Amino acid sequence: MQCDRSRRYRPRVFNFVLLFVVWILLTDITFGNMLLAAILAYLIPMVVGSLQSAAPRVAKPLKGAGYVLVLLGDIIVSNIVVAKQVLGSLDKLEPGFIAIPLELRQPLPITLLASTISLTPGTVSTEVSADKRTLYVHALNVENEPKLIAHIKHRYETPLKEIFEC
Amino acid sequence: MTLIDLATALFLLIGGLFLLVGSIGLFRLPDFFMRLHAPTKASTLGIGSILMASIIFFSFKGDGISIKEFLIILFMFLTAPISAHMLSKAALHVKQKPRQDTLNLDRLNAIRDRTNWASRS
Repeated sequence: MQCDRSRRYRPRVFNFVLLFVVWILLTDITFGNMLLAAILAYLIPMVVGSLQSAAPRVAKPLKGAGYVLVLLGDIIVSNIVVAKQVLGSLDKLEPGFIAIPLELRQPLPITLLASTISLTPGTVSTEVSADKRTLYVHALNVENEPKLIAHIKHRYETPLKEIFEC
Repeated sequence: MTLIDLATALFLLIGGLFLLVGSIGLFRLPDFFMRLHAPTKASTLGIGSILMASIIFFSFKGDGISIKEFLIILFMFLTAPISAHMLSKAALHVKQKPRQDTLNLDRLNAIRDRTNWASRS
């Protein structure tokens, strides 16, 4: 793999700012809240820090923004498709488990792909093989298995790969 | 009736519609894995839509733009797929029976053991 794995992502400052801002946005701007926000923003990353795995660098943030927009559009479109399927004849549906061979190797991009698949209606990621090379997905309606796999790989995995430079 | 009212009503209606579809799906679909599809996804969009209505309504009341709803939407989009994944993973491992005509039903044990999809090559 050409990925730079040695770079350990230590976003202490980033996490502090993020938590601080979110807390302030959720409450009102008073001195007490800011004090509480500062304490929490300092303590929470310390507590959960050990859970964090080394994350790859985001190489193309702009592409990431584009990915989110594409995803939002897909969620709306496929929600309508699934709504039709749910309200239509259930016997016509062909549910199935499909296996998606993964090209992504690192935990964070795989997690993002699995979450994307779960967010778009019609597919839920169910399990990943122990060697992290196959993602198992339950689909509500499989019309054409290779086509569906190719669609997911092309539409979501390829951009993720580009975003994370792998 | 102003344009703001109209937009608010429209988003509330769309949100309500998707929530209804999600509930109908939960009721109608035959097995656990299929049922999971309806409430997790339709509800995310439904609640997102209702929150959009809330953003529009309260932003034009004069108290500034309301940001809390954006945060709720963000948190929902972060957490919903995780819970859907955990539910389907749990169902797989407690051996919930999928519908009989489910594609690749014979390979379910391989998936449960987390082996790689061997017979494909």
